[in-house]
Amino acid sequence: MERLEVHDLSALISALKQDGYQIIGPIVKDSAVACDHIQSVDDLPVGVTDIQRPASYRLAERHDGALFGYRLGPQSWKRHLYPPRLRLFHANRTEKGIKITAPGNGSADEIPKLAFIGVRPCELAAIKIHDTVFLRGTYVDPHYSSLRSKIFVVAVNCTEPGETCFCASMKTGPQVGDGFDIALTEVLFGESHMFVAQSGSDAGRKLLSKIKTTPASPAEVEQTKELLKAAAEQMGRSIDTYRLPDLLHNNVDHPRWDDVDERCLSCGNCTQVCPTCFCSTVEDVTNLTGTEAERWRKWDSCFTLEFSYIHGGSVRATTKSRYRQWMTHKLASWVDQFGMFGCVGCGRCITWCPVGIDITEEARAIRAQSALVSTSSKGEK
Amino acid sequence: MENLERLLAEHPFLAGLPKDHLELLVGCAANVKFNAKQYLFREGEEAEQFFIIRSGKVALELYVPGEGAITIQTLGEGEIIGWSWLFPPYRWRFDAQAMEQTLVIALDGKCLRNKCEGDHHLGYQLLKRFTDILEQRLQAMRMQLLDVYKNT
Amino acid sequence: MHASITSQTMVPHQYLVHRLRQETPDTFTLELQPTTESSGTQFIPGQFNMLYLFGVGEIPISISGDPRKMPTLVHTTRAVGTVTKAMRSLRKGDVLGVRGPYGSHWPVVSAVGRDVVIIAGGIGLAPLRPALYSIIADRDKYGRVILLYGSRTPIDILYRRELEKWRSRFDMEIYVTVDRALKSWRGDVGVVTDLISKAPFDKQNCMAMICGPEVMMRYAVMELLKRGVPEDRVHISMERNMKCAIGLCGHCQFGSLFVCKDGPVFPYPSVKDLLSKWEI
Repeated sequence: MERLEVHDLSALISALKQDGYQIIGPIVKDSAVACDHIQSVDDLPVGVTDIQRPASYRLAERHDGALFGYRLGPQSWKRHLYPPRLRLFHANRTEKGIKITAPGNGSADEIPKLAFIGVRPCELAAIKIHDTVFLRGTYVDPHYSSLRSKIFVVAVNCTEPGETCFCASMKTGPQVGDGFDIALTEVLFGESHMFVAQSGSDAGRKLLSKIKTTPASPAEVEQTKELLKAAAEQMGRSIDTYRLPDLLHNNVDHPRWDDVDERCLSCGNCTQVCPTCFCSTVEDVTNLTGTEAERWRKWDSCFTLEFSYIHGGSVRATTKSRYRQWMTHKLASWVDQFGMFGCVGCGRCITWCPVGIDITEEARAIRAQSALVSTSSKGEK
Repeated sequence: MENLERLLAEHPFLAGLPKDHLELLVGCAANVKFNAKQYLFREGEEAEQFFIIRSGKVALELYVPGEGAITIQTLGEGEIIGWSWLFPPYRWRFDAQAMEQTLVIALDGKCLRNKCEGDHHLGYQLLKRFTDILEQRLQAMRMQLLDVYKNT
Repeated sequence: MHASITSQTMVPHQYLVHRLRQETPDTFTLELQPTTESSGTQFIPGQFNMLYLFGVGEIPISISGDPRKMPTLVHTTRAVGTVTKAMRSLRKGDVLGVRGPYGSHWPVVSAVGRDVVIIAGGIGLAPLRPALYSIIADRDKYGRVILLYGSRTPIDILYRRELEKWRSRFDMEIYVTVDRALKSWRGDVGVVTDLISKAPFDKQNCMAMICGPEVMMRYAVMELLKRGVPEDRVHISMERNMKCAIGLCGHCQFGSLFVCKDGPVFPYPSVKDLLSKWEI
């Protein structure tokens, strides 16, 4: 464990840039904390915190100069690893037929090296979930694979969970697991403002040695441990994951779905902000003369009517069925498909739902009134 | 007569019928042959019989002005035609035409109806069997109504 | 199924239209030949391809040709949407993009030594035809081979000539029925599911393969189970909206299953609970 001052963080970013990385980090944009290209520590949301509640997100000032004093912005690193729009190929109609050019066809230089600064533990867990989806299935996503192999992750542990956070329930935080290059814990204590850093890979170790840090003292390390332990007890939300997949699979006709149907607007905000949602659509377009065509992959949402359209109608015609599909996928089907939950407990869906639908509350309501009554707190069954 | 008795006794539709009921049925039964294109009955006629097909094929048809005669069901060997004799006004609701030479056992529904009024056990036995056929036809008709193969 | 770690997973291979045949008023069959840059991967009965019409779009269509006649690809489809309607105007020599083959297959090998009951409704006969071809090619390995085929009306009967050819064989039993017909139709009228209870197969030693509208498949399964066929001997082919066909776009999810890679052919036990539920 190393001890970093704020200026060391600056040196870290410079060192990454020297290594050819494009730096992606948190930056205040449009009254929210966005994950976008930054140039230096000065771009970080210094002295900014966020107040998140169901259907509410506001930024506020904090007076301790914290660099990572917010929790999560609406968008996650997903937009950089799995972009909202991606061209899959370009085609030209010629006399001889059709000539297709697939982007990224052999040109490794086109794939940028990205360094993510400020990845929360839940967000890193979401990236690992996407690794399973895109890299370990029958078919591999080549674009994700190329980008992913080149990223450098500077994770930041959470010491102040938010009101909609429940990473502790999903076992994805508030402390980062593995898969990072460097993990930081920001410590603000009286006048002191420093970071305790941990390397998680050879690349991380090399970079830390480059910026000549001092080792963290046992007291400092202990302090971060205390902070993180306290954070785990301060989660704004929680969810009982005991046999949660069974609970949802066995309650397809639960009256709670009718209840949520009356509230849900089917706006799809939850799918837009969720760091693990990966549904996409394929769009084939052409120019007016029909001589050129392109295929694009775009983010899609299971909340649209078109999503399940077949034979003249949608399979999931009601909002009820679409909400049920989303929630069941996240907390049940995902386990069958990928061996893990699709939810990391980041709480974005609760914050950004315009009517404040709370996935933890829905799960609680279904469990309270179902055949599968037992919870983990009761022990057996 | 003995031949008819054996045919009726062996038919799955009447399986489990008590011997005296079976004898009653035999008394109301007759072997009938229809040549190809001959009608067993026509829509609107008095429904006084029902038929058990021994061999051949019968088409149940409905005439639709503008479209002609539409075949809604074909029935073959072993199948039963006709339940209109059970319900007032005891009239056929469609046409039935033999598509090829067809041999049937025709049962006198009018006679059986009267016997059922007197002997409710017999009535129950027959109704039980007919409702089973009605249920199958209803299910099939529902599927046809859904028009599952239609071009959307 | 194979792992494909190429950069070409979403890029089609080019095939040439060899022939387009109108089958019924609303269905047509495309016969495709590969070009020099097609890989021509062998398909197994039950699988499908994604067919791409330049600039118009891409759709999943089951392969309905003979697997032994590869690299020729045959696809029968209805002309119902933008892409299929545009495909109907294709002519010999036109280019079509092909991605595939994808998906699971009919249990043609597991059916060896058993009676085979194939139940098709409407265009559902198209994905089943390759299974029939494979079975006929190895006819002596199977017991009785029975096809029950239901169609809307006589003019909607698919592959009529082929059905007649099969019917003339002594080692296959073909039963065709229509939902409704004009008097001129000399065949059977009635729902295809009614044929199941009377079909002459060994319920304890058979393999049933069903394809057609979902309602028809549900009823067909009911009839088979009523007759005593074990659940795991019944297979159906599901359909859902597909975009990528490689299990990554999420569109074809059916419960926890991806129809494009866990299906489209499923043994009944794996979809039993899902079929009866609404809007899954």
